[in-house]
Amino acid sequence: MTETDFNPAVIEMRSAHIASLRDAAFTVVADVDWTVLPGEFWVVAGQQHSGKSDLLMHAAGLMTPARGSCNVFGCDTKNFGEAQIAERLRIGFVFSGGKLFNQLTLAENIALPLRYQKNLSEVETDSKVQTFLELFELTPFANAAPSSVAVNWRQRAALARALILQPELLLLDNPLAGLGGRHRQWLLDFLNQLWTGHPAFGGLKMTIVVTADDLRPWRNPQRKFAVLDEKIFSIVGSWSNLAESREHIVKELLAGTDSVTL
Amino acid sequence: MRGNLAKAFDVANTQVFRRAALPKSYTDIIGRLLFRFLLNVQGLGAFALITLGVIVKKFSIAHSVIQPRVRAEISRAGVALMPMFIFISLALGFVVVGQTVSALAKFGQISYLGTTMVIVIVRELGPLLAAMLVLARVGTAHVIELGTARALGEVEALEALGIDPVHYLIVPRVIGTALGIFSLTIYLIIGALVSGYLFAFLQEVPLTPGDYFKQIAEALNWLDFVLLALKTTAFGFFIAIVTCYHGLAEPLRLEDVSRVAVRAVTQGVVVCVLVDAIFIVLYLLT
Repeated sequence: MTETDFNPAVIEMRSAHIASLRDAAFTVVADVDWTVLPGEFWVVAGQQHSGKSDLLMHAAGLMTPARGSCNVFGCDTKNFGEAQIAERLRIGFVFSGGKLFNQLTLAENIALPLRYQKNLSEVETDSKVQTFLELFELTPFANAAPSSVAVNWRQRAALARALILQPELLLLDNPLAGLGGRHRQWLLDFLNQLWTGHPAFGGLKMTIVVTADDLRPWRNPQRKFAVLDEKIFSIVGSWSNLAESREHIVKELLAGTDSVTL
Repeated sequence: MRGNLAKAFDVANTQVFRRAALPKSYTDIIGRLLFRFLLNVQGLGAFALITLGVIVKKFSIAHSVIQPRVRAEISRAGVALMPMFIFISLALGFVVVGQTVSALAKFGQISYLGTTMVIVIVRELGPLLAAMLVLARVGTAHVIELGTARALGEVEALEALGIDPVHYLIVPRVIGTALGIFSLTIYLIIGALVSGYLFAFLQEVPLTPGDYFKQIAEALNWLDFVLLALKTTAFGFFIAIVTCYHGLAEPLRLEDVSRVAVRAVTQGVVVCVLVDAIFIVLYLLT
């Protein structure tokens, strides 16, 4: 904890070269310099295959940069191992599409991190899981397999699974992708509540980083924005900077890439 | 993929394994095959050592999650296969024991029956057949389940939740398969010996059940029991290691799963035969 007192940054990347998950020798984003401070809400936008997911996985310490450094909670992610489990559990990660465990039901998926990390039986976690199922409106699907429910509910279950250990930093990879209108709005509102302090999590203000391929739903003057384009990570700043930006990629992301389907 | 696990898998993801150009000469082909073989052995060895390390190191961690999974795997690789094994043991008894008994009776050498049975059923055919059947029924399921999980990114999802994929996915399968093969072999051997006698009895061979089982008991020594336990456990361990390794080794696409399943089953058979060969040497030495 003393380390974090000296260095308040939650995520700190210095000249980090982001490697691709499929091919570690391939750099998808070069020279990332990025600092995320506690309580910030970042939106990293980019077209598909621009390296958003890889960047986020580096920020979570699931991958290590090919060059440069990435520190999360003051701890270099290169050293992330069994001994750093406490630091690693301060990070909640929601994959694109949820990536729930298909062999388990939604309720078991949500309970798994709690049961594994705290060594609890199914009965002992039951009340907490029920609370979470209600909070995420998932009670009717509790015993359903992930493949049998719509992506809307899978995404919620994935968020619940990432939140059950009460992380301080929440990373979401393209959380709005494929969601219906009502579910988009629910998720945006819920993330906002988490950011300002959700009562179900003791009012703890979470640091949130999301990636997106459309900037419009994330409009908020207090959020911070960055864009990824052609291997370059550039920090744009607030929404007003974004609106004034003359860069082509920003205009594209503001115009919405999925306007045809809307 | 982090740390040690990533190192073990690096081997499988080298240029030699993927996207290499077609070799230009026969010596190149042989060289590449040899190199691939050595890399595969290295990767499997590293993976086996990592798994053993995790079994020992994390023995007491999260047992409320791991224990039910181990039980489920034992049930899958052991209890659930019982009906099939009863059928196979009956067939094995009829085919091997029954024929041997009647052949030996013809030559008047029925006193060699015990030794023959112990060598054929207890030492060789029983364990190897049990291993092959479990490989076919459970090993294939391991590759496909783990390959699909890897292709769908569930391994990364486990790591994101701070759960060691080896501990959660591999350890229960290794323990379950090892214990499953060990117990099933014993049932298979008992079933084959009993049904074999029944078959011989039907052929009116002059042999009382007492004589038959006395001969077998005399042909067995304590080392047979020790080596049988070691051998079946080794079969289970290596079958689980080979199938799990191939399921997880490559960052698969879904369409690769079937190809990898075939490769894993082939290598599983080869590894079992190699383990068997090592034990034959041990038997000959004693």
